[in-house]
Amino acid sequence: MRRLAGCLFALTLLGAGATAMEARPNADDPDLERRLLALTADLRCVVCQNESLAESRAPLAKDLRQEVRALMRQGRSDKEVVEYLTARYGDFVLYRPPFKPATYLLWIGPALFLGVGGIAWFLTIRRRQRKTAADRILDGDSGTDPPLY
Amino acid sequence: MKRWLPFAVFAVLLAFLFVGLWLDPREVPSPFIGKPAPAFTLPVLERPGQTFSPAQANGEPWLLNVWAPWCRTCRKEHPYLMQLAASGVAIYGLNWQDQAGEAAGLLAEIGNPYVLNAVDHDGRAGIDWGVTGVPETFLIDADGMIRAKHSGPLSERVWNRKFAPLLQGKGS
Repeated sequence: MRRLAGCLFALTLLGAGATAMEARPNADDPDLERRLLALTADLRCVVCQNESLAESRAPLAKDLRQEVRALMRQGRSDKEVVEYLTARYGDFVLYRPPFKPATYLLWIGPALFLGVGGIAWFLTIRRRQRKTAADRILDGDSGTDPPLY
Repeated sequence: MKRWLPFAVFAVLLAFLFVGLWLDPREVPSPFIGKPAPAFTLPVLERPGQTFSPAQANGEPWLLNVWAPWCRTCRKEHPYLMQLAASGVAIYGLNWQDQAGEAAGLLAEIGNPYVLNAVDHDGRAGIDWGVTGVPETFLIDADGMIRAKHSGPLSERVWNRKFAPLLQGKGS
């Protein structure tokens, strides 16, 4: 049992060694890497469209991360980096697209649907309540209220 | 009347989803349409020692076809490019991320539809052109403005729908 545990421990160490190898470029400048990660998590990988630029393993995503890294080293702000990317790939790279005429429906849509649904719900409830009240009068039941469901 | 309302909502939803089935998620609006072609200076595949910049191709409408020898879809597109080139369309190639350097050999084998190929070894020019994959084709007018872009293989259908009308407008 103990030997098995030892083997497993050794294996975990091996695994840790392997990941450390892959992550080595990050160690140069942890602050910059943190900034890179935070920014690219909000950007879309243009090849595999449902992955963020931070997590994608596509070669182009790797190149783009390298490009963003280089821009950051040159002292460009996050906004300038995003402008650099949108100039090339359009708003499509942004997971949070800007609020403009083409995206009004995208941003307001959910609230609009909720509003329409809410009004429909309210009207239905009111109609039902009126109906049950009318039924009660028709039934001549003016006394105790039935339980409302 | 009220009873039909849920059905109507369902029908509208169904219509949206049905149309969505036929949309191509790669068909992303390009921010380059109507903008000047991004500059680059890259070595020419066919003529070692020479370089090519997009400005050199201006004067007549031309195509920039981004391709790579390792790209299977590009091979599928190749016969149509040969046909286009034969009909007098100026096609310039951007040989994208060809790390193995197989382009020259492959073109010698299957035929070369390009006026010339610019070698974008590390894909930097590709990034400046917003390339997301190969093949991609840009239509650049005589003044060096990008007029259209197509992601995916060119075909007669795509050509007639997206590119040919623009060329007629300019009286190519």
